[in-house]
Amino acid sequence: MPDSMTTEPQFSLTPPTVNRSENAPAPATQRKAKLEARRLNFFYGENQALFDISMQIPERAVTALIGPSGCGKSTFLRTFNRMNDIIEGTRHTGEVLLEGTNIYDPRVDVVALRKRVGMVFQKSTPFPKSIFDNVAYGPRVAGVRDRAKLAETVESCLLRAALWDEVKDRLHDSAMALSGGQQQRLCIARALATEPDVLLMDEPASALDPASTARVEDLIFDLKSNYTIVIVTHNMQQAARVSDHTGFFYQGNLVEFGGTQALFTKPREKQTEDYITGRFG
Amino acid sequence: MTNPLLGGAKRRGVWFEYACLLATWSALFFLAVLLLVILWQGTSHLSWEFLTSFDDRITPEKAGMLAGLWGSFWLMILTILFAVPVGVGAAIYLEEYSADSRLARIIQVNLSNLAGVPSIVYGILGLTVFVRTFGIFSKGALVERLVGHHVEGLYFAFGLHIPLPLKTTVISGALTLSLLVLPVIIVATQEALRSVPPSIRHASLALGATRWQTIWRQVLPASLPGIITGIILSLSRAIGETAPLIMVGAATFLRATPGDIETPAQMLTNPQGVMNAPFDEYTAMPIMVYNWAKQAQRAYQDIASAGIIVLVVVLLAMNGLAIFIRNRSQQHLRW
Repeated sequence: MPDSMTTEPQFSLTPPTVNRSENAPAPATQRKAKLEARRLNFFYGENQALFDISMQIPERAVTALIGPSGCGKSTFLRTFNRMNDIIEGTRHTGEVLLEGTNIYDPRVDVVALRKRVGMVFQKSTPFPKSIFDNVAYGPRVAGVRDRAKLAETVESCLLRAALWDEVKDRLHDSAMALSGGQQQRLCIARALATEPDVLLMDEPASALDPASTARVEDLIFDLKSNYTIVIVTHNMQQAARVSDHTGFFYQGNLVEFGGTQALFTKPREKQTEDYITGRFG
Repeated sequence: MTNPLLGGAKRRGVWFEYACLLATWSALFFLAVLLLVILWQGTSHLSWEFLTSFDDRITPEKAGMLAGLWGSFWLMILTILFAVPVGVGAAIYLEEYSADSRLARIIQVNLSNLAGVPSIVYGILGLTVFVRTFGIFSKGALVERLVGHHVEGLYFAFGLHIPLPLKTTVISGALTLSLLVLPVIIVATQEALRSVPPSIRHASLALGATRWQTIWRQVLPASLPGIITGIILSLSRAIGETAPLIMVGAATFLRATPGDIETPAQMLTNPQGVMNAPFDEYTAMPIMVYNWAKQAQRAYQDIASAGIIVLVVVLLAMNGLAIFIRNRSQQHLRW
């Protein structure tokens, strides 16, 4: 089969055997793939940031993307909710699939996509509004007006983000008054409020102290039973702690992708080994 | 004095500091002298009557500023109505929607140029475009030939009549001042929008908000204090302008207010007057000051000083409000 990719069913429990170049390692799992990149190339103007990435991200698990700065892992993460569209002069080739639908299809509604694929950023970005209004923002822009329903959503999202007990008495205080760790969990709660099934996290704990980091990591562990989580991190211990699968990116290529434990203990590629043992990056 | 550490460099530095200090104080000195002279001449004429009576050609003691106060009030209200939506809208388009294209850069450069155009030029523009409306409504001109008879304007319900051409009405003056302040409002609004961090926009978009929802719910509320400050400061430039208003025919001597509304209460009790005011003759505070200052009688010079005091108080109040809003928002917002 020279290129069976186009003829294959969109999802199979046994991963496709095509495109198995050095850059496209064997899929890590037998689980159903939630997200999939197929021969994705990505460009910022003339600069190519991603080279021929093919990767299947399994459902209801944590997938970590690691690699040195500028390796393309954040760019790759942002293709899943098309946040790269905001940047002028970007273009891509190949496909990104969410449950079999190419999200770069011109018919796809980006607003609807972003409600299903939530995102948490590196720097916590609470809106200069109350805690309640921050969490209720997603449902409100989606048109929910019912106060009782909003209150219910806010409570359940704050509970799931393990922030409810700390803020339940001051829901109408400014979110800017929360600590850094609390702000980041608020941003996670806010992302949950649009009822996504995928959560993208771009170095969610890199600006937090160790105690807050631990809380966010516990939260990620709790959330993975209901959500498909993709996390970009600089911190290899963190990747090892929270993720089930890990992909190693280097200079825009996906060097290796596999089970986290296998990748960290028995990397197949020399570059991966050099990176995780701290020889570069 | 052979020790290089004790050389002249330090002393020269001190001299430079003193020179700069002198420059600062000389500017403040002349401003202080000006204000003192005006206060000296003008305070004796300041009274409640000065604010509530019309101008007088014969007895300076009876001259008052009522017509100018109301004229300036109506000019500002209408200028806000015209310039704020257009200016803020243009700034939102340039900052939030337009791509960083060649055209956008050309517009940007020309906005800065427009902000520096002498106000008299806007006056000539206003005279042609608004007061005379290119002459197309004159007898025998374009509109008459097209319609077949002479058109004196547009008639609406509730007795609203928009005369065309606009002639020397409040609305002509306000439209001219709007053109004058528009570039300032656009640039100030752009700066306020730019001060909202991109991370806020990204967070909003990532939650499934549309571009418009992001602007309306996040960017505009966060930049509103900056926008309002810019609007007030641009209006305080407009309220002191004399040259363009003379060009577009503000009356130098007028014993009437726009719409014959002479007290704030009449704004409520005389709705027909409110409707008529924009299409009425008017004068403005700086025009009255200019008119008094060129009178031959010595007593009118003092009246002019009293007028300047009123104008300066209004200006300082507006600038004070702008500073108040800016400081308040800085306490509430930190990124």
